[in-house]
Amino acid sequence: MPLLEIVNLTVDFATANGSFRAVDSIDLSIDEREIVAIVGESGSGKSVAMLALMGLLPWTATVSADCIRFDGQDLLGMNDKQRRKIIGKDISMIFQEPMTSLNPCFTIGYQLTEVLCQHFGGRRRSYNNRAVELLQQVGIPAAETRLNAYPHQLSGGMCQRVMIAMMIACQPKLLIADEPTTALDVTIQAQILELLVELQQNNNMALVLITHDMAVVAETAERVVVLYAGWQVEQRSALDLFSNPRHPYTEALLNALPERAQGKLLNAIPGVVPGQLDRPKGCIFNPRCCYVQDLCRQQIPERQEGVLCHYPLELDLKPSRSSQDMVTDS
Amino acid sequence: MIQPIVKARDLQKHYPVKSGFLKPSQNLRALAGVSFDLYAGQTLAVVGESGCGKSTLARLLAMIEEPTSGRLSIDGVDLTEVNNKSLSKGLRQKVQMVFQDPFGSLNPRHKIGDILQEPLVINTGLNASERRQKALEMMSLVGLREEHFQRYPHMFSGGQRQRIAIARALILKPKVVVLDEPVSALDVSIQAQVINLLIELQQELSLAYVFISHDLSVVRHIADEVLVMYLGRPVEHSSKEVLFSNPQHPYTQALLSATPQVATQRDRQRIKLKGEMPSPIDPPSGCVFNPRCQYANQDCLTTPPVMELYNESRVACWALKQRRIGDEKLAN
Repeated sequence: MPLLEIVNLTVDFATANGSFRAVDSIDLSIDEREIVAIVGESGSGKSVAMLALMGLLPWTATVSADCIRFDGQDLLGMNDKQRRKIIGKDISMIFQEPMTSLNPCFTIGYQLTEVLCQHFGGRRRSYNNRAVELLQQVGIPAAETRLNAYPHQLSGGMCQRVMIAMMIACQPKLLIADEPTTALDVTIQAQILELLVELQQNNNMALVLITHDMAVVAETAERVVVLYAGWQVEQRSALDLFSNPRHPYTEALLNALPERAQGKLLNAIPGVVPGQLDRPKGCIFNPRCCYVQDLCRQQIPERQEGVLCHYPLELDLKPSRSSQDMVTDS
Repeated sequence: MIQPIVKARDLQKHYPVKSGFLKPSQNLRALAGVSFDLYAGQTLAVVGESGCGKSTLARLLAMIEEPTSGRLSIDGVDLTEVNNKSLSKGLRQKVQMVFQDPFGSLNPRHKIGDILQEPLVINTGLNASERRQKALEMMSLVGLREEHFQRYPHMFSGGQRQRIAIARALILKPKVVVLDEPVSALDVSIQAQVINLLIELQQELSLAYVFISHDLSVVRHIADEVLVMYLGRPVEHSSKEVLFSNPQHPYTQALLSATPQVATQRDRQRIKLKGEMPSPIDPPSGCVFNPRCQYANQDCLTTPPVMELYNESRVACWALKQRRIGDEKLAN
């Protein structure tokens, strides 16, 4: 049984111009100890889908789903109080901006022990040793003295480490990292990603990595979900997806990367992501798709083998170099 | 012989930082000794992590701030010798800048037409219809349509706004464009469009670009030469081909190794940098990279290295000079 199972998740926002569908029937299942990446451009609904799972969306949002099950419990039928017992304990989430997700008025130690008191009860002071242990686990030097530091006294990378320490404090089964390294420098990004994967292995967590950076996905994830304007266009194992994308959008996105360019110009995708008022009829990617046919402009495609497209790209039957590597590895 | 458009020699920029009432102010060396030549039609990429002084360099080149010491000449005119206001005004037209955040760099109360015409109003004596004509020409050059002239910035997407910012920078026909992280706020698919536009414009107008970025995959695509900076100091300066195929400085090697790539084996060996960049107010003695460098020895702790030529790149490193890295490489 998968750890997390989401079937047909849809999120609508009430706006001044009528309702806007930010996430459109997403299916996702995550096994224990699995690293899944959710990739998409801004406005693709990748954060909204996970915030819906956490119950962190504002009141203007309407969440509907056929099923959201986590670890055998039905999250949909729960009231807020029951949900809060799971959120932050068994499922926790790291946000993009480490500097703004920590409260500037309280010390690191206060904020770390607060999580533990909330979920396990007891006095704050009794958790000081555990807090030091957590800070050491995420690689913060001189952890005892850092307990009394305020967030502004730490750098961005250090704040993100504190956030991670806070989120793994209750030993969650599922950690959702929403663009955990976007605000950080490359060398710090490498440190944080390595830390996340290490913690995932040591603590037997499942990790959901939300990102827009295909290269980060290629280096960390086992399975990839590609979103475009709220649609889940493709879901495949990472190695297959990078060697053999089957949705035209995934292929175009990979080809747009500078390292895949042939010649001086990049293979840009023409046009922009459709907004609320200019949604096309039929397949949502059809105005930008280079393989578009009449059917795509008329009819919404059905998902087949994880690919949401009328004419999925052919599988390249020759095993590519990377998948051969995988065979020898295992 | 072709003259470089921008010639920088040992540029320094120091900022005084107040540490408290009645305490002496400290000196923050944001930029310490940067030298390069930039020719027409060429792109110099400046790479480094936040706090390495790359934006300070951009501000010096755009003449927003004056260097504390060192020489900077643009199009053959030495800025340190120019005090005449009219001359400096003429020079300013030659260097224009595109900023990182396309949402912050356009005035939300001005229409696109007004934003594009403003540089012309200030710097030229053109009348209204000529200005409009020029603005429309520039809009078609960057791929905007005529009906966009009357619209406000909020009606555009990030990519289109960056096109507007590029059009505004180019309307005075500059020779040098300083691009301060022009695509890092954009999505991958839009990023490719804007980079293509920049490359096409460079070929068409033979512009010189100073391309400031932290994204090495973009730099690898667009640059001719790359300058890697760390804590205000240049550490390596070489052509793109040499830098990416055979990086010399330990920091450049770590930076390249830390950059995630789509086409890599999972189990490739990364060079892991420990710790973070030290504060520029109180930099380490000797080579500023020494606390994070795996090759550091006594010389690195005491004396700052100077830029010297090794294997076609100019590098500031003691380990290279003493052949502590090079030999190891030969052995492999």
